Amino acid sequence: MKRYRSFYVPISFLILSLLMIQISDVSLNFVSDQLLARFIRNGIFVMALIIPIMSGMGINFAISIGAIAAQISMIIVVDLKLPGDQALFVALLLSLLFSVVFGNIIGILLNWAKGKEMIASIVIGFLGTNLYQLVFMVGYGTLIRPFSDDILLTRGIGVKSMLDCMHFKSVFAENSLLGIGGENSNIIPVLLVFLIAGVVYSIANSKIGYHIQAVGDSRETAEKLGVDVDGTRRVSIVISTILASLAQLMFVQDMGVLNVYTGHLKLEIFAAAALLAGGATFKKATVMNAFIGVILFHTLFLISPIAGQNLFKNPALGEYFRSFIAYGTIVYALMMNLRFSEMEC
Amino acid sequence: MEEIRKVTNRFKLEVPQLIIITYLLVLTFFLGSADISFVEMINVSLVKWCMNGVLVLSMVPMMNIGAGRNFGLPIGICAGLIGMCFAVEFKLQGWSGFIVALVVGSIIAIGFGKVYAIILNRLKGNEEIIGTFAGFAFIPIMNVFWTLAPFTNRQMLYPVGGQGLRPKIGLNNYFGSILDNALQVHIGGIVIPLGLILFFLVLCFIVHLFSKTKIGWIMSAIADNETFVNLSGVDINQCRTYAIIFSTVLAAVGMCVYSQSYGFIELYNGPFMMAFPAVSAILIGGASKKRTTVFHALIGAYLYQTTFLLSVPVANALFMPEMAEIIRMIITNAIILYAFLHEGGLKKNEKI
Repeated sequence: MKRYRSFYVPISFLILSLLMIQISDVSLNFVSDQLLARFIRNGIFVMALIIPIMSGMGINFAISIGAIAAQISMIIVVDLKLPGDQALFVALLLSLLFSVVFGNIIGILLNWAKGKEMIASIVIGFLGTNLYQLVFMVGYGTLIRPFSDDILLTRGIGVKSMLDCMHFKSVFAENSLLGIGGENSNIIPVLLVFLIAGVVYSIANSKIGYHIQAVGDSRETAEKLGVDVDGTRRVSIVISTILASLAQLMFVQDMGVLNVYTGHLKLEIFAAAALLAGGATFKKATVMNAFIGVILFHTLFLISPIAGQNLFKNPALGEYFRSFIAYGTIVYALMMNLRFSEMEC
Repeated sequence: MEEIRKVTNRFKLEVPQLIIITYLLVLTFFLGSADISFVEMINVSLVKWCMNGVLVLSMVPMMNIGAGRNFGLPIGICAGLIGMCFAVEFKLQGWSGFIVALVVGSIIAIGFGKVYAIILNRLKGNEEIIGTFAGFAFIPIMNVFWTLAPFTNRQMLYPVGGQGLRPKIGLNNYFGSILDNALQVHIGGIVIPLGLILFFLVLCFIVHLFSKTKIGWIMSAIADNETFVNLSGVDINQCRTYAIIFSTVLAAVGMCVYSQSYGFIELYNGPFMMAFPAVSAILIGGASKKRTTVFHALIGAYLYQTTFLLSVPVANALFMPEMAEIIRMIITNAIILYAFLHEGGLKKNEKI
């Protein structure tokens, strides 16, 4: 039975999803359409969690900081009023820069809090969100002068809560289209998600990947083998933050709208729940877990309000059910993983 | 001499206290530009102190037994909310309503605390992360309860359309401000809510007495050296369960006190982030993993609440009303983060 333990969570998600599809009575076309959009938007976030798990730091809930890095660079680009192609390129460069800086800071902080990385990363995520709010709600227009006043609220202080980013989307728009279900979707973003998956896979199997794995297995042994433990942990967080910022760029270009103050909230919870739904544990996570998890979790996520509507005539219940699924998956994974690790000891 | 050293030890200034004192100094610098009546500030600060103080106090038993800071506070809070909804459902007014809310909330909190303790006892050493997520996951469960529970009092339900309880239930017709208005003492312009303060102090005294009982002694021993206590034949899990239940009951009582001052019962996602301010407040009071006393809760709650009470008029005077709330959140989270980093640093030093 022990062999099949890693399949328990994905299988229960599969059964729940099938049950929900049955109840909600939606067409498969609708599900696959929505799922493709969610795969593009959330796929890379889930990949961003893999490397920190390999380095033994558990789930990096501070990926919201990576998303913030991308949002800051997009606000600057929108402020500069660059045209489509350039805008995406500059935003990419800036978000790489910001996420390397932020990733190093998070890495140093988490090295201080060894053994408590997960809760510390949650608090870092909240703190980063607050500082970001301070800069863009209060700082912009008072201390920082934007290039154009268009992005400010009418009172002159604070950035608007929504910025138009349609010109990012048009970069991909002329390219070849992929027909799934009723609507035509763009193939380039899907390929990009697979490309990132390939990159994560190759990082995991490169020299630095083996170092990360060694640190994850045992810090003491790795140190005796001459691996720079703190440095490796920091690198793994930097990689995670960069991936998260790329993910947020992908999310916003697909949406076409940047929610300045709410765009980065809770995505770490959904990414973590999706990865765990794919059968990952706090010790071991692969790209395969990420793919399976995104599909299973988001199927459940997108149809549970409809199922709630059909079953109880109340869509709010489905809404509650899905946020319970997100948090409940994490609680379940915490209980199972930490208990099993005790047993192994 | 010994006495003075004792007192200075008690007020040892660490980073959380320094942060809050710096912020207080900055505020006083700006206070001149804001038009504030100090008498009113003192009045409000006394109410705010006791209103949030019980929630801060509920951290003490769990921290004493070494179960970490109670980030699962929403579980206890929800028990208190159920108690109050029960009282409002039967249209109980005045003291009878408040006492019924306390009793029902406490009974439900015992049940919730028992389940919470089972979860936490399986995962020793990781209580904080599991508590955080248990609290977060519990909110949607309660949301389903608020939507489906068969309450009939029209004043609690959605006015037109919609199903279930409304997100904010007014308490003015029931037991709103009942403790605030009890035994008020007027000295000049200053109004001292003696009833509220006495209620809070009695609860503090109960927590203090609890730590002096046999279970309390065992608790502090467990926090010091768990293996030793285990070898001497004490059922550690039983003791931890008592402490966790006690914390949960205090959180339920704290929510009743909070709501009667606030004037509303806030359901649904209201309790979502309530654990963080309470944790931050007790850290400001000087609590550490090794030692947490009622005194820390008293001082911490007062400093935390008063500082942020002062920041609201200052932010308004600077024409940036959001700033008060954002800075409050930044300081709250920074203090909690500092505690985690500090503990990690301490561990490193001990190894060497």
